[in-house]
Amino acid sequence: MDAVDFLDLEPLLTEEEKMIRDTCRRFVGDRVMPGIEKWFEAAEFPVEVATELGSLGLLGMHLSGYGCAGTNAVSYGLACLELEAGDAGFRSFVSVQGSLAMWPIWKYGSEEQKQEWLPRMAAGEAIGCFGLTEPDFGSDPAGMRTSAKKNGSDWVLNGNKLWITNGGIADVAIVWARTDEGVRGFLVPRNTKGFTTRDIHRKLSLRASVTSELILDNCRLPADAVLPGVTGMKGPLSCLSEARFGIVWGVMGSARACYECALEYSKTRIAFDKPIGSFQLTQEKLVNMMLEINKGLLLALHLGRKKDDGNLAPQQVSFGKLNNVREALAIAREARTILGANGVTLEYPVIRHANNLESVLTYEGTSEIHTLILGQAITGLNAFA
Amino acid sequence: MNIVVCVKHIPDPNIPGELEGGRLKRSGVQGVLDPGDEFGVETGLQLKEAHGGEVTLVSMGPPTAMEAIRRGLSMGADKGLLVSDDALQGACALVTARVLAAAIKKSGPFDLVIAGVESTDGYTGTMPSTLAELLDVPQVTFVKRLDSADGTIRADRQTAEGYQVVESPLPALITVTAGVNSPRYASFKGIMAAKKKPVDNLSIGDLGLSSEEVTSMQQIASVGSAEARKAGEVIEDDGTGAQRVAEFLKEAKVI
Repeated sequence: MDAVDFLDLEPLLTEEEKMIRDTCRRFVGDRVMPGIEKWFEAAEFPVEVATELGSLGLLGMHLSGYGCAGTNAVSYGLACLELEAGDAGFRSFVSVQGSLAMWPIWKYGSEEQKQEWLPRMAAGEAIGCFGLTEPDFGSDPAGMRTSAKKNGSDWVLNGNKLWITNGGIADVAIVWARTDEGVRGFLVPRNTKGFTTRDIHRKLSLRASVTSELILDNCRLPADAVLPGVTGMKGPLSCLSEARFGIVWGVMGSARACYECALEYSKTRIAFDKPIGSFQLTQEKLVNMMLEINKGLLLALHLGRKKDDGNLAPQQVSFGKLNNVREALAIAREARTILGANGVTLEYPVIRHANNLESVLTYEGTSEIHTLILGQAITGLNAFA
Repeated sequence: MNIVVCVKHIPDPNIPGELEGGRLKRSGVQGVLDPGDEFGVETGLQLKEAHGGEVTLVSMGPPTAMEAIRRGLSMGADKGLLVSDDALQGACALVTARVLAAAIKKSGPFDLVIAGVESTDGYTGTMPSTLAELLDVPQVTFVKRLDSADGTIRADRQTAEGYQVVESPLPALITVTAGVNSPRYASFKGIMAAKKKPVDNLSIGDLGLSSEEVTSMQQIASVGSAEARKAGEVIEDDGTGAQRVAEFLKEAKVI
């Protein structure tokens, strides 16, 4: 039996999907693993890797045209998984670039906006970020204060966005702001007057990822900076549904890395003259991890096939995000106990994944919000309105 | 420049191999494009990028060997040719060379044939030289650096002592060492495009080879496990330590 792919899910993937996964796994082994401990400790994202991710085809990989690879959703999920098995910081970079920055341009942008940004973003030559969350509005983004007001034919934006992945390294920010017609999306290039960013330091999670504040102070944009294809909260929420889908897969990468590490450790670490993997309590922990990883992957694959068939409901994505992040975090913490004191050092990947998952539990819809989305779906009663 | 790259689908060398009737078990085993052949594919792609033309991948193996061809196509090769035939199971290096020679001739005129120095499963290292003879072209083996110009190639050829600089007219055959270049990743766009690239499937009948020509001359007398690695030798320095280390390195042909 395969200790990781216990249910033999491999034959459920197409040759193309396996090739994309294997290429991504190899890239992570070559380019992420050798540096990740250093980057995590130094709290830096190696921005020079962006163009390498681009030439591999990872950025906006599930979009078609404009230099994007045009893969299916399952392939995108598998790539997220392999990246996060390296580090959730890298997966976050790719999620934000592809699903939160490129996807809205691809879906709601004008032809000029697509031509201007998508090829460069696919190549990793331009980096994007997504500005929705504000200091005082997280789970309730509809309450946002950031506003865009018409001034002649221009738009003038004012407000702050917080906890923005890639903010400080972005060449373009997709900023969501309140207008007279409802919430609209704006493309804000880096050097626009009145637009600045400030990186958030002292994070103990997702350290190999840039998190920033976006500050819009009378930021003047031309009329064609607005995304013409969408008005209302549907715009940003549909982006989040895209990115959450990647998280459903990604966190199983964190979980797998922790499980593999704990399994190996349990076979070599001796206590009471025996490998600790021979103790019943350790075996139970390992088996529970293996069960949840296989179940989580089955879930992710099912959602992926539904997405590729075009019939995946946002509530089903919430199901996946809630379950898989919860289980991944539990697996990371349990793996930590198997490693004992070694589990708290950066010599092993476990505490890094566990810490990263604390952010993943919160971003892109907290576990509480996803619970309430499901609660509403099954009762018909809305708990947060 | 039309380039043919020989590629082989082998059991994943990262997974310990199993024997089956005196041969390496191949069916039902995770297979990969021979890592040594990736250098050949990369060499072919770089030549194509410099001079134009096409890169054709040629392989012999069971239908699963298509995986190796698809991988090469994903890296950027243009087309593939796979010879599959039950009669070729367990083919020796000579038969393999005959089949590949017939397939290469059938695929059209070529300027350069590229192969790895040896396969990562069989390790005979004799196939490329045999193939060059059968194709009646000059061979430059153990290439660690390659320059090409109109109608000729100039290669640094690795030897035990150093390297030779060798020139050859085209068409020719070269074998490339690991380290001749850094093979590129198969890009996702390349992977998506690979399935649309043409691959010919041929049997020995299609190549016009007789059954004698594809009967292996080589017989495997016996197969045994490699000797287990011994613990290293510890040299205590009694004043002659440096001398003994030097002798050891000389014996290993390192100095």
